[in-house]
Amino acid sequence: MELFSSLNVSKQFSGHKALDKVSISIPEGSIFGLLGPNGAGKTTFIRIINQIIAPDEGQLFYNGRELKPNDIYNIGYLPEERGLYKKMTVGEQSMYLAQLKGLSKVEAHKRLTYWFARFEMSSWWNKKVEELSKGMQQKVQFLITIIHEPGLLIFDEPFSGFDPINASMLKDEIIAQRDKGATIIFSTHNMASVEELCDHIALINNARVVLAGPVRDIKKAYKTSTYEISFNSFPGELNDILPSAFTIIKEWNDHDLRMATIRIPADSGPNQLISSLLPNVTLHSFSELIPSMNDIFIRVVTENKNETVLQL
Amino acid sequence: MHKIILIIKREYLTRVRKKSFLVMTILGPLLMAAIVIVPVYMATRGNELKTVAVIDQTGFFFEKFKDTDNIKFHYLVSDIASAKANFRKSGDYALLFIPRTEVSIPTNAILYGENNVSINVISYIRNVMTKKVEDMKLEAKLKDLQTDKKNPLNVEDILRSVKTVIDVNTIKITDEGKEEKSYTEISMVLGTFAGILIYFFIFMFGSQVMRGVIEEKTNRIIEVIISSVKPFELMMGKIVGVGLVGLTQFLLWVILTFGIVTVATSTFTSKGSTKHSAEQSIVQNAARYNPDNLPLPDSATSKKYQNEGASEIFAALSSVNFPVMIGAFVFFFLFGYLMYGSLFAAIGGAVDSEADTQQFMLPITVPLILSIVMMQYFIQDPSGQVAFWFSVFPLTAPVAMMIRIPFGVPYWQVALSMGILILAFLGTTWMAAKIYRTGILMYGKKVSYRELWKWLRY
Repeated sequence: MELFSSLNVSKQFSGHKALDKVSISIPEGSIFGLLGPNGAGKTTFIRIINQIIAPDEGQLFYNGRELKPNDIYNIGYLPEERGLYKKMTVGEQSMYLAQLKGLSKVEAHKRLTYWFARFEMSSWWNKKVEELSKGMQQKVQFLITIIHEPGLLIFDEPFSGFDPINASMLKDEIIAQRDKGATIIFSTHNMASVEELCDHIALINNARVVLAGPVRDIKKAYKTSTYEISFNSFPGELNDILPSAFTIIKEWNDHDLRMATIRIPADSGPNQLISSLLPNVTLHSFSELIPSMNDIFIRVVTENKNETVLQL
Repeated sequence: MHKIILIIKREYLTRVRKKSFLVMTILGPLLMAAIVIVPVYMATRGNELKTVAVIDQTGFFFEKFKDTDNIKFHYLVSDIASAKANFRKSGDYALLFIPRTEVSIPTNAILYGENNVSINVISYIRNVMTKKVEDMKLEAKLKDLQTDKKNPLNVEDILRSVKTVIDVNTIKITDEGKEEKSYTEISMVLGTFAGILIYFFIFMFGSQVMRGVIEEKTNRIIEVIISSVKPFELMMGKIVGVGLVGLTQFLLWVILTFGIVTVATSTFTSKGSTKHSAEQSIVQNAARYNPDNLPLPDSATSKKYQNEGASEIFAALSSVNFPVMIGAFVFFFLFGYLMYGSLFAAIGGAVDSEADTQQFMLPITVPLILSIVMMQYFIQDPSGQVAFWFSVFPLTAPVAMMIRIPFGVPYWQVALSMGILILAFLGTTWMAAKIYRTGILMYGKKVSYRELWKWLRY
């Protein structure tokens, strides 16, 4: 069941195409990574979901029906460029923003009190925002994003500006939100956090979706049957003991061990590699090289000139 | 609808709670009260004897100007040209010239003085002349009635027909012997004051809107807010909220100024010989200005003026129709502000920082400043072509109209000006909303007029 989807959404800004027939579907309860290099159109797409701007073409669906203006009460959005009123107190400001998201005054106060206590921020209530550190402000912003308990949460580069401790707290909180049933769109450049959090991704480049699907499947598709081995020195050349179809990509010494990465043909398996090695060397380690999201990202974006679109 | 009220509330409360608002609220009335009270105070102090030379070409007013405690009259028989030439040597305070008129009844006089002639001298002269002219008219009317007995005697008709307004023009004789019209008349003072005040209000609160928009943009809170409300709601909420701050400030000023002036007046008038309270003296003086009332007897008039320098200014003030003035001010401030406020909001949306606003501010500030620059033309000729067109063109209407209103403006002109202003407000708001909507999401881009034009057509 998908919570949100877009069908052929296009948007043009004075001669420049920001989005070109973008179709994405986001499964309910998933953490969905919206990836892409700078200027690819991610922010435009997020603004369209938030109904800040309207698409030129295409349709948007929320919970199986067309997106309605009132759905903004069911969306929480933490923009990349974010801030607060500097001269207002934290409490007043949080009350204001929570009420703008449709909460009643009483409900807003009740929930804020709970969350301020939980985040150990209660003493900030009467402080002006300008008295808070940047990290503290980020916490307030995060809290305001989730306070109306929306079904869809959108985080645009949520970790920028957080120190490692607060970043990990934030990460836990995002997962907790997902476990409570929220669906999360997570836009970032940080591929490490994508691997950690996302179950689905869509990669946008030059206004188009160039890669989309579950992270596991994408990684599988981008595997290249490359293995890294370490073994003790032996007098001969590695080349001489391997079948000719195998290619040595790299060979190097690590202290008293020798290391190599080897690609094997698609029709052979890791056992063949091991069996050709064992008679000659003492194998210390053996592992398959799984491509990182970072590698896939770079590969797809640089190869994207060939216009290959992969939907998994 | 609920959300726009939240926005208005925030914009209003954050501004009203500022210290600067409190300071302005206290300083404004003090300043305005000082403008009223200082001349009053001076008038009570300035009890030195003033001599006024009179050249009466009509002959009607010979011996009619009775000396008071501080005004002495003496009659000249020379012609006006030589009297003016000798004026500075004569040591007289003022020279009153009543020119011969074509029709039998004179209705105007010219008062020459070295400085602005004090308002109680002017009104004393005006009262004496009014009284005399009305007596003459009444006499003539009664004669008519005696000869023509068919018409029934209708007191109201008679009173209405004898009602007279005397024009006393004051002209300043400067050191170089040049003459210039001086502006002691209350409508001039009031017109100038209202014009400057509305200019100041529109500018002050308009640029507050602009700064508010820029603040939200540089704070980067804007995107959070417009993911909950429409940009138009945010813009209008801000404009209305700031406008309410302006109205609050204005009404507080009016109330506090009246309070201070009333207290001050009662202190001053209790020093004088009149035993009436401040209010009573204002009411009485107002009554004297009201031509519907019968003129007071001669002796009473001159007696009353002996010690009334202070309340004279209040008398003049109370001749002004304050409800109309305040009503017109509120309307022209409100709609002038709404129109300019939306333009200011559009500028705020289009730029990244206050430093970039210059190029867009120019076309907006020019009409406002122009209407202040043209002020003296409006005052010299309040019902002329220039004044008319300036008070109809929406960008200059608020200031120009407020300057003209104390002089009296035909209703159709006021209605026309108001109508055009409302239309202009709708037009600028529509335009501003389009620029604002696009501009608030643009960062780090120097915006040109061509760019703005493009945004308008999105």
